[in-house]
Amino acid sequence: MTMLPASTGKKLGLVVDLDTCVGCHACVTACKGWNDQGYGAPLSDQNPYGADPSGVFLNRVHSYQVQPDEGPSQIINFPRSCLHCEDAPCVTVCPTGASYKRAEDGIVLVNEDACIGCGLCAWACPYGAREMDAQAGVMKKCTLCVDRIYNENLPEIDREPACVRTCPTGARHFGDFADPDSTVSRLTAERGGYALMPDLRTKPVNRYLPPRKKDVRSEASLLAPLLDIKATGFAGWLDKVLGKI
Amino acid sequence: MHPAPTIIVFTVFSGFGFGLMAFLGIGWPAPAGWAAFFWWGLGYGCAAGGLIASTAHLGNPQRAWRAFSQWQSSWLSREGIAAVATLLLCAPVALSDWLELGWPRIPGVLGAVCALATIGTTSMIYTQMRSVPRWHHWTTPALFFGFALTGGAMAAGHVWLGAGLGLGLAGLMLVAFRLGDGQFARAGQTIGSATGLDRIGDATVFELPHTGGNYLLREMIHVVGRKHGTKLRIIAVGTVLAAAVLALVPFASPVAVGLHLAGALAARWLFFAQAEHVVGLYYGRR
Repeated sequence: MTMLPASTGKKLGLVVDLDTCVGCHACVTACKGWNDQGYGAPLSDQNPYGADPSGVFLNRVHSYQVQPDEGPSQIINFPRSCLHCEDAPCVTVCPTGASYKRAEDGIVLVNEDACIGCGLCAWACPYGAREMDAQAGVMKKCTLCVDRIYNENLPEIDREPACVRTCPTGARHFGDFADPDSTVSRLTAERGGYALMPDLRTKPVNRYLPPRKKDVRSEASLLAPLLDIKATGFAGWLDKVLGKI
Repeated sequence: MHPAPTIIVFTVFSGFGFGLMAFLGIGWPAPAGWAAFFWWGLGYGCAAGGLIASTAHLGNPQRAWRAFSQWQSSWLSREGIAAVATLLLCAPVALSDWLELGWPRIPGVLGAVCALATIGTTSMIYTQMRSVPRWHHWTTPALFFGFALTGGAMAAGHVWLGAGLGLGLAGLMLVAFRLGDGQFARAGQTIGSATGLDRIGDATVFELPHTGGNYLLREMIHVVGRKHGTKLRIIAVGTVLAAAVLALVPFASPVAVGLHLAGALAARWLFFAQAEHVVGLYYGRR
């Protein structure tokens, strides 16, 4: 099972738009909420109301300050979750076959009944996408809400990952990267979507859209011409004299 | 990376045990009677004891048997198979040595090959990790073989071989420290490439995604205890050197083996504690 499929029919994944993400963490909460029920062991928390709380999350939102060569710095909110890599190193290192990539749609999943909790897959992932559940002793990761996207008991509008469904700014998109006409493929092409750390040869499926270029004001103020007051009379004479000293 | 005591004990002692079994398997030396019982017992005790210690690290050890199934892709699975094959193949030879039955030595020779394979596969578990640049280097298998064979040779009573290997191992440790320190930079991953924000400008961490700890911080971004790294390096290399010299002193070989193992434990602790995972870039820490 831990041999990677030669190719997958679909390449399901996410596009995260760093331009529109406001860093509200709604996707983090929706992910935790959905994955607390239903598929696999619930995402547990340890000591949630104590002095040193800790818990498993499949999606985390970082914030970075980026200083361009010119202009003021920008704050970029950066959601980080599994990229469902085509050459997923987390899959091939698994000794039990618990970790696998689905041939039909490319989703990387963990069969929790076969997971021994050795943690090697989390070591192999450069992106920190996998977290061990301290309660169940098995590895947890993003399932692309496999129990939502094919779930015919849900209204069609809800058949997408919880993080995408909940995002209030529409910064997250779900779709098939193998289809060049899908929303995610078109967004990636139009906006220059990129992969994270491609040098590590993991071939991530998910793409990030870089923030759009910010407007740069050409003048300091619209009132600037009016502010350029020439002193006349005594003040003008004083200005001239003081300027020469 | 978090230096888990179970993994350090496992890799050091099972490496030593398999190193010794490789020598005993080919019959160099070929002890008889109770000497054989003691020698093989030491090899089996360390090799199997280390394997058992490693299961303490698992979240669900009752499913450990499943780890023998994925030999086609997983170095950890291959290691498990090679380890069990060594223990099984050497068993008739160990029994024959102990009870002086005179059975053929061929399974022992095959067992020795499997013992070397076990050491190699153990090292490849770490070497394969592109996400940990310090490990993703030829010095990792070299160190694992160095420690296992030096300890094995000393314990097998080959004083000159043990001393020579120990001397070489100390040199190799220095090379590995020197090259390892530059590995993360050579791998070329930065906070900019990890986030892709290098296409806009210089990225720094503004706010972390969570205020509490999590699995990633505990397991991969473990920075505790690096403070005494340099001192521990000196202690590790010094101990390995002292063991190599002491191996040549008559009747001091048990002390030499003990010293060698102490050096191996210190070096293995550093091997984990000083290894930096690229996921730390997201947190602005290594």
